[in-house]
Amino acid sequence: MTILIDSQDSNNKSLQPKGWLRYFSFSLDHKVIGIQYLVCGFLFYLIGGTLASAIRIELTSPMSDFMPRDIYNQVLTLHGTIMIFLWIVPVVNGAFGNYLIPFYVGARDMAFPRLNAVAFWLIPPSGLMLVASYFVEGAAQAGWTAYPPLSITTPQSGQIIWIMSVLLLGGSSIFGGINFIATIIKLRRPGLKLMQLPMYCWAMLGTSLLVVLSTPVLAGTLILLSFDIVAHTGFFNPVLGGNVVVYQHLFWFYSHPAVYIMVLPAFGLVSEILPVHSRKPLFGYTTMVFSIMGIVVLGLVVWAHHMFTSGTPPWMRLFFTIATAFIAVPTGIKFFNWVATLWGGKISINSAMLFSCGFIINFVFGGITGVALAQVPFDIHVHDTYFVVAHFHYIVYGGTVFIIFSSIYHWFPKVTGKLMNEKLGILHFAITFIGFNLCFAPQHWLGLNGMPRRVAEYDPQFQFVNQISSLGALLMAISTIPFLINIYASIKNGKDSGDNPWDALTPEWLTTSPPPVENWEGEAPLVEEPYGYGKPISK
Amino acid sequence: MLNKNFYLILIISAVFGISFWIGFNVNLLPVEASINAPIYDELFKILFIIGLIIFIGMTIAVVYSLFKFRKRKDQFGDGIALEGNLSLEIVWTIIPSIIVLIIGLYSYNIYDRMGGMKELNHSHEMMKSNTEKIWAGISQTSNNEVANKNLSVEVSAMQFAFLFNYPKGEFISGELHVPVDHKVSMKMESKDVIHAFWVPEFRIKQDIIPGQPTILNFTPTKVGKYPIICAELCGPYHGGMRASIIVEEESDYKDWFNKNTKTEVSL
Repeated sequence: MTILIDSQDSNNKSLQPKGWLRYFSFSLDHKVIGIQYLVCGFLFYLIGGTLASAIRIELTSPMSDFMPRDIYNQVLTLHGTIMIFLWIVPVVNGAFGNYLIPFYVGARDMAFPRLNAVAFWLIPPSGLMLVASYFVEGAAQAGWTAYPPLSITTPQSGQIIWIMSVLLLGGSSIFGGINFIATIIKLRRPGLKLMQLPMYCWAMLGTSLLVVLSTPVLAGTLILLSFDIVAHTGFFNPVLGGNVVVYQHLFWFYSHPAVYIMVLPAFGLVSEILPVHSRKPLFGYTTMVFSIMGIVVLGLVVWAHHMFTSGTPPWMRLFFTIATAFIAVPTGIKFFNWVATLWGGKISINSAMLFSCGFIINFVFGGITGVALAQVPFDIHVHDTYFVVAHFHYIVYGGTVFIIFSSIYHWFPKVTGKLMNEKLGILHFAITFIGFNLCFAPQHWLGLNGMPRRVAEYDPQFQFVNQISSLGALLMAISTIPFLINIYASIKNGKDSGDNPWDALTPEWLTTSPPPVENWEGEAPLVEEPYGYGKPISK
Repeated sequence: MLNKNFYLILIISAVFGISFWIGFNVNLLPVEASINAPIYDELFKILFIIGLIIFIGMTIAVVYSLFKFRKRKDQFGDGIALEGNLSLEIVWTIIPSIIVLIIGLYSYNIYDRMGGMKELNHSHEMMKSNTEKIWAGISQTSNNEVANKNLSVEVSAMQFAFLFNYPKGEFISGELHVPVDHKVSMKMESKDVIHAFWVPEFRIKQDIIPGQPTILNFTPTKVGKYPIICAELCGPYHGGMRASIIVEEESDYKDWFNKNTKTEVSL
């Protein structure tokens, strides 16, 4: 087996603290780092969710009466930044990627374990710095996009801390991306071909390519923005001859692929979960691989659809309309394949499966509104409105967050050796699904009828619909309670799961639960058919 | 087998029927008050119907699978080892590609009809004496418009107000008054940060960008008062940055215009 861990790393691992204390240590074990990512991300999710609740409380009435207007803008800026950079991206990439990828390639750890640990340990201080920026005088209030000149002209100390924090988080992403690419390409067990890898490996390979290609552009852009703020240069400041539209091009060159950085790993995770719980092979493996790579290529050439109202020339609008709309094709292939995976299976209706199926339904809805938004004439009317807020949340919450929960239910027995309580899990799903749709579906109507996004006050005619939306948000907040109870109760008193409670075929289930420090006692198994359900090999 | 096909055709017909019915009978948009609006609504209707067909169809497929193929207590073993079906995969690659292509071409046609593909600097009288670069916007035209009926307005956006300058009358207004069925050409500039000019009833929006003038043309078709909304986050009072556009009969507009036109005041 090709393993890049040197003996010093192995010795370090044996010196690591045992039990729960190891999750607070500078561990080099990919599994520990994965759980560190997950727990840290979830804590930030709770903070981001609290901020979302504050936003929805403010919007229950048309006037700005729950918090001052500048505080509202600070809260929405922090909410967006936390949810993207500290919850979704670190969890779907860092947490599950770290935990699963070495198993999937048959390795004992990631290619660069120290870099891996550094990538994680950049997150807590950056996150704390980001949260702390709210408490300094003049917190960032230009939204998560930080468009200049607003980000240059609003109070600056908070904005600078915001930029520093996002730069560090971007650095963490790049370290992680390089590590995943190296691990998947170079650390595969001898005899394991690329086209035998579980789909999550392909998703992480595609995602990591996007991270490595686009995140440096965001970093460079934010560095230039910080120069404009601190050194009064004029890259984006129109008063000094700068160009604000150039900032938008550079920002969206990262931030549109960022959507795929969030959803491609989710696509990979759902591709692992559905075959196991429907007892069928993943339908159309090869087309799934090509569709991931298609999304990667197209994802890099669609950024300007965020700028249809920004003063882009007509030819550019046309090109980006077509490129954006065509992403629906590889995405659609995946959805058809997932449904075909379910079709004719022997489906276990459990929490993991319900969250995955909820994901399919939500994401199809978000994808359809995405195709609509790709059309210039349609986008012109609804750009920067609640329609976009709704669409975006259908993709990142209804899509990615649903899959995060599905994955937690699916891999909890692997991590802990215990089963989660299914009744609490199904209750969690039901409240989340109802709350989510109640919260975000009505927002499409709000956007179509004249409610812009990022406003603390709005036309009184929208109050009732906003109240329904806030009720949905309340349900989403409540849904966290059964989940947290379930996690705590299952760790404390959950039934022993055995090593492989789902009878799954992917490599992580072919070792003990929880797995030993270097994943397998002996040699890693060669899994040639990770989705060979229904074949003699699975019996 | 015949039965299965019959039910399949029935379900597909029902999905199409329901989607078309909703698409044609449920109006999710505000009143149409410009030449752009009905053109836009045509596209919306098509996208809405196609979207409904896909969404309802996929949801039925998922829910049906969960119900029909759920594992019973006495069932053991796996489902069928079906890993792919090349012809099926080709079909569901080609069909969405065709749908996306048709939607793209259709929306291009809609955008062209809305004036999106027209050169902005032509036929804009404000540009004749000005060589500065104008950034894109929508240059809407209509079959019944008359060139000399164009009304030119200069829009200044600032935190947190819109100001409308009528060059011919040499006055500035906080409300935008325009005559019905006349083409209005607006040259928009921002004094500070990025703003956006949005009239939902007209289905038009254009960012107003500091240092880069933008143009927006439209033709109102319905008398009334409509909100002008800033759609781009521009600071703490962004939500309150609103103005009104008052579309009135030509005679009423002329009265208002004459009342506001600068007159010499003798002391």
